[in-house]
Amino acid sequence: MTTYLEFEKPLAEIEGKAEELRVLARQNSEMDVEKEAAALDKKAAQLLNDLYKDLTPWRKCQVARHPNRPHCKDYIDALFTEFTPLAGDRNFADDHAVMGGLARFNDQPVVVIGHEKGHDTASRIERNFGMARPEGYRKAVRLMDMADRFGLPVVSLIDTPGAYPGKGAEERGQSEAIARSTQKCLQIGVPLVSIIIGEGGSGGAVAFATGDRVAMLEHSVYSVISPEGCASILWKDAEKMREAAEALRLTAQDLKKLEVIDRIIKEPVGGAQRDRKGTVAAVGEAIATMLKELNGKSRKDLVAARRKKFLAMGSKGLGA
Amino acid sequence: MNWISNYVRPKINSLFSRRDTPENLWTKCPECGSMLFHRELADNLNVCTNCDHHMAITPRKRFEALFDGGIFSEVKVPDPITDPLHFRDQKKYPDRMKSAQKSTGEKEAMLVAEGEIGRTPVVAAGQDFSFMGGSMGMYVGNAIVAAAERAVKLKRPLILFSAAGGARMQEGILSLMQMPRTTVAVEMLREANLPYIVVLTHPTTGGVTASYAMLGDVQIAEPNALICFAGPRVIEQTIREKLPEGFQRAEYLLDHGMLDRVTHRKKLREELITILRMMMKLPPAVAGDLPKPAEEDAAAKAK
Ligand SMILES: [Zn+2]
Repeated sequence: MTTYLEFEKPLAEIEGKAEELRVLARQNSEMDVEKEAAALDKKAAQLLNDLYKDLTPWRKCQVARHPNRPHCKDYIDALFTEFTPLAGDRNFADDHAVMGGLARFNDQPVVVIGHEKGHDTASRIERNFGMARPEGYRKAVRLMDMADRFGLPVVSLIDTPGAYPGKGAEERGQSEAIARSTQKCLQIGVPLVSIIIGEGGSGGAVAFATGDRVAMLEHSVYSVISPEGCASILWKDAEKMREAAEALRLTAQDLKKLEVIDRIIKEPVGGAQRDRKGTVAAVGEAIATMLKELNGKSRKDLVAARRKKFLAMGSKGLGA
Repeated sequence: MNWISNYVRPKINSLFSRRDTPENLWTKCPECGSMLFHRELADNLNVCTNCDHHMAITPRKRFEALFDGGIFSEVKVPDPITDPLHFRDQKKYPDRMKSAQKSTGEKEAMLVAEGEIGRTPVVAAGQDFSFMGGSMGMYVGNAIVAAAERAVKLKRPLILFSAAGGARMQEGILSLMQMPRTTVAVEMLREANLPYIVVLTHPTTGGVTASYAMLGDVQIAEPNALICFAGPRVIEQTIREKLPEGFQRAEYLLDHGMLDRVTHRKKLREELITILRMMMKLPPAVAGDLPKPAEEDAAAKAK
């Protein structure tokens, strides 16, 4: 079943009508609805195309959070072989909001790390909606360290509303854990490629996304704060999230212009949720390309180039 | 600069600042309600003389008290492009900047300086909460990078005083990118084996805590400073329960193993000197036990 977003309501109506007709025809063999249904299909396809051609930043936020969008686990299952999850921060707990472990990507052994949001109520609760606690970042630090020691590239998949704002998370040093994870990203002498697959929420995203190459799916977002949060602080009204989303420049397109990211991965018409397989494949291709660009580089060069890249960031604005 | 000038200068400075501060103005301590003379408060580094509550202090005032003789020179910070995102909320970002500059007399939310403390050469960076909540944008990032580069060039330790509500939202993603950028600065110091001391002051929250402010070799906080990633209100809304007394305050963090020390502002200078001289393998500082010069002499020298 398709889950429609608010702005997709007109589309839901047309697709619903087409579906209804086809159900009727199945019940009544004399009815010929195919012509009419096909016309509706065409209308729906056109509308879908129009809707997604020029999504506003706030709509992109909704698409990025779409429940049917492929999540970290979907990518790992489809693109990696021999995935062997490695758990725990050796200190307090294993954070289920962060997946990580050894795997092969096109036969090459790698370390893969990512936020997983879950796909139904039970798994969402288990994954804490993709909001990591300090243990998640510390697990990532441990895995990046291991990758560094054994010369394995790291692939990170970012999809989080942000780090978990909880009592225990703060007591156990949420900020320190995020800072150390970002620091580790900058220290490792192996390639680090990061893909924002959905939501890149603030510091919780940066902690895994400080990579040699950073790519974003076409309708994913990456921001210092959620539009709702920004609206309630600057507009004193959380309902001004459309304005905030606009002002924050959180789309892949703006981030590419600002040279904060290196590449945009195209999504199927209608967003990743409409063609999960196609999206996963496109991400796979991007990972392969980015790894290829980095494989064979020396530790020293990788670290130096990564630092240079982040130091240079922001020297370019959006222009006039 | 000799030892005499080192000793005499502070007197001169305090004479000047006495003149700057009107004598008849009072400030009410937000903690205990005591009425405090401005001058008295300034002489006590903005710490309440009655209850020890630490009020905000600008980096400039702090540096005047920190550096020997109140002498320091500013380290130049490269200017970032202004308003890179053309950000508009209810006010234009450049207008917000202008009013912050006007009310503080400062260019931006961080001041970088070099000089000596207890004759120990250092570079120091101070975040200014009075300037748009000390928020971290491109300028603050540039300042920290400049501070680290200067420290590496001069082979000096870096002391960083943090104070910020978090990222500068008006710079959107570019403010977020200051987390990795400033972490690169920390890496430069680390690689050069130079001490990096962070002094967390009230409040230090958000992305600032989740980057350079939590990566010091030694982490010191001022008493009762709020230090957190997510603020208490956000947490209470999320978990729907009341937070314990003192939650996310300096002493609470010390108890939870997140800090090395909580130190009164008046004792901070001595402590920094002691720690840094050990880390730099310098002999212990000699306590200046000189006879107090007459005030007239100092005033005469100032002319
Ligand atoms: Zn008081």
